[in-house]
Amino acid sequence: MTVASSSPPSRLPLSGAEAVAPSRKAKARPGGDGALAAVFIAPAMLGFLVFLLWPTLRGIYLSFTRFNLLTPAEWVGLDNYVRMVNDPIFWDSLKVTVEYVVINIGIQTVSALAIAVLLQRLTQSAVLRGIVLTPYLMSNVVAGLVWLWILDTQLGIGNEIISAVGLDRIPFLADETWAIPTIALINVWRHVGYTALLLFAGLQAIPNGMYEAAKVDGASEWRMFWRITMPLLRPVLAVVLIMTVIGSFQVFDTVAVTTAGGPANATNVLQYYIYGSAFGRFQFGYASAMSVALLVVLSAITVLQYRLTRAGQSDLG
Amino acid sequence: MRLRTLTALTGALTLSLLTGCAKGDSTGASASTVTYWLWDANQLPAYQACAKGFETENPGLKVRITQLGWSDYWTKLTAGFIAGTQPDVFTDHIQKFGQFADLKVLEPLDDLDIKESDYQPGLAANWIGQDGHRYGAPKDWDTVALFYNDKMAKSAGLTAEQLGSLSWNPEDGGTFEKAIAHLTVDRNGKRGDEPGFDKNNVKVYGLATNGGGFADGQTQWSPFTGSAGWSYTDKARWGTKYQYDSNTFQSVVNWYFGLAKKGYLAPFSDYNIQSNQANTQVAAGRAATAFDGAWMISTYDGFKGRDIKSAPTPIGPSGKRATMMNGLADSITKASRNKAGARKWVAYLASDECQRAVGAYGVVFPATPAGTEAAVAAYEKKGIDVSAFTQAVADRKDFRTFSFPITDYAADVQALMQPEMEAIYGTGKPVSSLDETNDQINLILDQ
Repeated sequence: MTVASSSPPSRLPLSGAEAVAPSRKAKARPGGDGALAAVFIAPAMLGFLVFLLWPTLRGIYLSFTRFNLLTPAEWVGLDNYVRMVNDPIFWDSLKVTVEYVVINIGIQTVSALAIAVLLQRLTQSAVLRGIVLTPYLMSNVVAGLVWLWILDTQLGIGNEIISAVGLDRIPFLADETWAIPTIALINVWRHVGYTALLLFAGLQAIPNGMYEAAKVDGASEWRMFWRITMPLLRPVLAVVLIMTVIGSFQVFDTVAVTTAGGPANATNVLQYYIYGSAFGRFQFGYASAMSVALLVVLSAITVLQYRLTRAGQSDLG
Repeated sequence: MRLRTLTALTGALTLSLLTGCAKGDSTGASASTVTYWLWDANQLPAYQACAKGFETENPGLKVRITQLGWSDYWTKLTAGFIAGTQPDVFTDHIQKFGQFADLKVLEPLDDLDIKESDYQPGLAANWIGQDGHRYGAPKDWDTVALFYNDKMAKSAGLTAEQLGSLSWNPEDGGTFEKAIAHLTVDRNGKRGDEPGFDKNNVKVYGLATNGGGFADGQTQWSPFTGSAGWSYTDKARWGTKYQYDSNTFQSVVNWYFGLAKKGYLAPFSDYNIQSNQANTQVAAGRAATAFDGAWMISTYDGFKGRDIKSAPTPIGPSGKRATMMNGLADSITKASRNKAGARKWVAYLASDECQRAVGAYGVVFPATPAGTEAAVAAYEKKGIDVSAFTQAVADRKDFRTFSFPITDYAADVQALMQPEMEAIYGTGKPVSSLDETNDQINLILDQ
């Protein structure tokens, strides 16, 4: 009785199930649930092996070959990697990609955090949460095309407004300086709501009592944000950052529909360069080498982020 | 028992998914069907009419036509070659020909006995590979001319005769530069050749932009480099050296992109391949003229409220006008499942009978002289004067026509030249930087 009354109510059904489970298990399958588990895992495992592990291993192998897809691959050793190291366009692509990631993730994370905190502290409206998520429901290609038309230098409504108020038109997607920040902001617009909701879910896990206690002690909202919200949100924020940084490094579709890597390679992000080398120039070996390089870069960044943000540890009790 | 059933079901589902992936076949190929791909939606009804004629002549054979937009077309075709879902016959472009021939995905068509004299000059010869085999049967051709807004020309006091007899040179631009300067109007209503013209606030550009022009400048700088006597490569076909390092080429490009600095040519920042090509600028009234190809005749003619006419390309320092003359062809894929049917269909596509039927739709100039005549008559019937495009083919004395560069590694050449030309046009990078790019290109060709 004492134990039951001190446990949280939500634990009760589980405790009940646990109590029943051993007798059932012993009766049905003395060998355990291994076989059943294997059956349930099989479809996902098959997908993992066929669509992820095998292509990765084959991609690594192809990076050591000259391969045009239609004739057998020819082993060339480290040639593709030597070429990559000496290819100024590769390094330029990497630089452009990093520039994109810094702008995209920087603005997106700060904005998403602000929206998530406002959603948590000011309103519980599900409608508002839905509205925040709306841009995410649009495909990247559609979002890219809509913004392309809005921002067109000569004909876009955005530039018509800029011109109407007496300012010079801005070649958002046609100027080397503007193009990457513009693409980064288009993707912030599309993803910020989704990121905010992920962070919002993390904020929901912070016990309300902590804020109440802090209020009693006279802490301001600003102080509570830095002393309670940020430390307790850290593991969630770290995971969100890892996910969004990986996604950001893989930017492709928005570039493909808005600038096609131009002007003058100013938006030739790594994924676009890899795609062009493979499907435009049929250099699948070299494209594979660059993909392996991207994999290494992303793995290193992920490990670094994980360590720096102590994503696996929680400060919550 | 339950577990076994579940295992069996999972296995069956997985197997069906896998076999579904492996056997998926969107081509619908069979002994009685010939699959055919093209990219131009305007031409679809014309080729459907041609297919009807073919099916009547060849009972038991059906042609299944698929139309895909330009970008999707090449992506899907590439994927088709890899996955074995390619069509039997497809519309081929000369820029892709070298690569496809190199990848050995095309079927030789020597036995179709294509005679060069049956087609407009030069069209049939372009489709012979370095191995001496034919890989394409000529289907159509196009040239480039100057589309202009007649109302704007009239208000600038320029007649059709004047616009049809323009000349240019890389020093002062000649009467061509004078004309486009006069057609340019700034926000205050001042023309480009009037004192006080504000080149930073242009309302209507004399000449629309079609971007940097990649490696060929088909509708950008090639009418000028061509009429200055310059050629892309050392040989007309299968050249081994590109010539972007030539002084002639660089001085012409310098002058041409320099028109943007003067405010007469729309700046590079106004161009977008998706949202704002030259025809859009003319349609929107933001540009008075545009160089564009014959495949755009119907598009320009369809602009509501704009009376668009066309003039031949200007006379250059060589004393001739120049235009690229590009011709498409039909090719059979090596892995076609119905090669016999495909050969019959390609032979029919290349025949006078089909080309006359296509020409009658007035959407493209077919490759045979009879097909061209049918197209000219059809355009005339629609009230469109296409002489600016056809003169180049009829008048060999005053016109120089040239083809897209036909070489190996065309995709690599494009990949190197595109950013280079965009930088020269967009950011004013010195035109001499083309020396280094040309060296890189020729190094690739030397492989």
